[in-house]
Amino acid sequence: MKHSSEILFEQDVESLLKDIHLQYGYDFNGYARASVYRRIKRFLAHKHLNSLQELRAPLFADSFFFENFLQEVTVNVTEMFRDPSFFLSLRQHVLPILSTYPFIKIWDAGCSTGEELFSLAILLKEEGLLERTKIYATDINQKVLKQAKEGIFSAKHMPAYTAAYYAAGGKQEFSSYYTSNYGSVKFNSSLVKNVVFYPHNLATDSSFNEFHLILCRNVLIYFGRELQERVFNLFDESLVSLGYLGLGKKETLSMSGISGNYMAVDKNNRIYRKQN
Amino acid sequence: MTASPKLIVIGGSWGGIQASLQILQQLPPDYSIPIVLVLHQLRNNEGNLQQVYQKKIKLRAVEIEEKESINSGYVYLAPTNYHVLIENDYTFALDDSELENYSRPSIDVTFTSAADVFGDQVIGILLSGASKDGSSGLKYIFEKQGKAIVQNPEEAEVDTMPQAAIDLIPGCSIMNLTSIQAFLLSLHVS
Repeated sequence: MKHSSEILFEQDVESLLKDIHLQYGYDFNGYARASVYRRIKRFLAHKHLNSLQELRAPLFADSFFFENFLQEVTVNVTEMFRDPSFFLSLRQHVLPILSTYPFIKIWDAGCSTGEELFSLAILLKEEGLLERTKIYATDINQKVLKQAKEGIFSAKHMPAYTAAYYAAGGKQEFSSYYTSNYGSVKFNSSLVKNVVFYPHNLATDSSFNEFHLILCRNVLIYFGRELQERVFNLFDESLVSLGYLGLGKKETLSMSGISGNYMAVDKNNRIYRKQN
Repeated sequence: MTASPKLIVIGGSWGGIQASLQILQQLPPDYSIPIVLVLHQLRNNEGNLQQVYQKKIKLRAVEIEEKESINSGYVYLAPTNYHVLIENDYTFALDDSELENYSRPSIDVTFTSAADVFGDQVIGILLSGASKDGSSGLKYIFEKQGKAIVQNPEEAEVDTMPQAAIDLIPGCSIMNLTSIQAFLLSLHVS
């Protein structure tokens, strides 16, 4: 049997999320529940709060505190060249086709703190495409967008990122892309010269441009079915004919209503191409 | 444990593959309780754990897909580099957030989530491993009146993980693999 404390927790969270929607306009309605509950519990523990009631006052009185809450509850964990085979596949199967276009537009949806964005920019640079590519990097959270723009990451991850970079077919010394300082590394800002950083909420906002490639990796796992479907439709509207869509390793287009119009370019790496 | 079990969650690390295979080998293909298996693996490992299990057990072994529903007759394997959570409607939710206990998948995450959904209808089993992951999740299962089973550390290839759980949960059941297997078989409803 389910314990009454669990049921109470769920009811209180749902009412809290409703109030957040009213006051701040962020709608968590379509998010997968297990993950949201877990992250709220983590946030409570992290802030040494004993109950959801104690969370209410600071959350609704202090918008900085809310930003912090938003950052913790929406997952912002990301890596450079995560799943190297995905990036290798982009390099081998997608970029050669995009290179035939005079001008390339890419949407990195849910870019978080920018690790994937810099991975993508490095890939484009090495394939000689960066200069004629415009990337729109969007996230629901303004704070992480600012971090992404700065391109500063902890140096302790560099050995793992370097290995992933070479596994993804990297062609240079990886360290040539960044400078190290006091335990951090800063990636060359020329990599994101053509990047537009823009707040965008996949749960509520609409399409804003047309793209040749959309990357949205490990974002949809946090959404429920309905919201996933909304986002797939949004991507479908935002992709040019014969455009590409890249998802996370465990995310699939196959259950969605738009799947009939897409062909898997690389099924294992979840790279799809729009058919008309 | 009062109610009939609806889910078995098994966690393991170093030595966990062999130990879990030994438990699962004799279970019939129509075993009546779904099983979720969380094993620590190398990050970005694109291994073939599924084939390994499929060759040796009678149940169907599948790597968990996002939003897949949980059914009997299956052993669900946690994918590498994702946490596995369970939703109220008995489906899986994957999660790529922070490592827990230096691990993703983390056994604690899945055990805790399973207990939240199934309460006293879950059985948690912690096997061999050189890690402390799993013990606080197993404690949570135990506190929710689920059954907490720990592989006898004397028999485990690495005893760190089972010993950590035993130290944390006075009252957990300490069993050899053969007893765990016999216990699971006794729960089967044909």
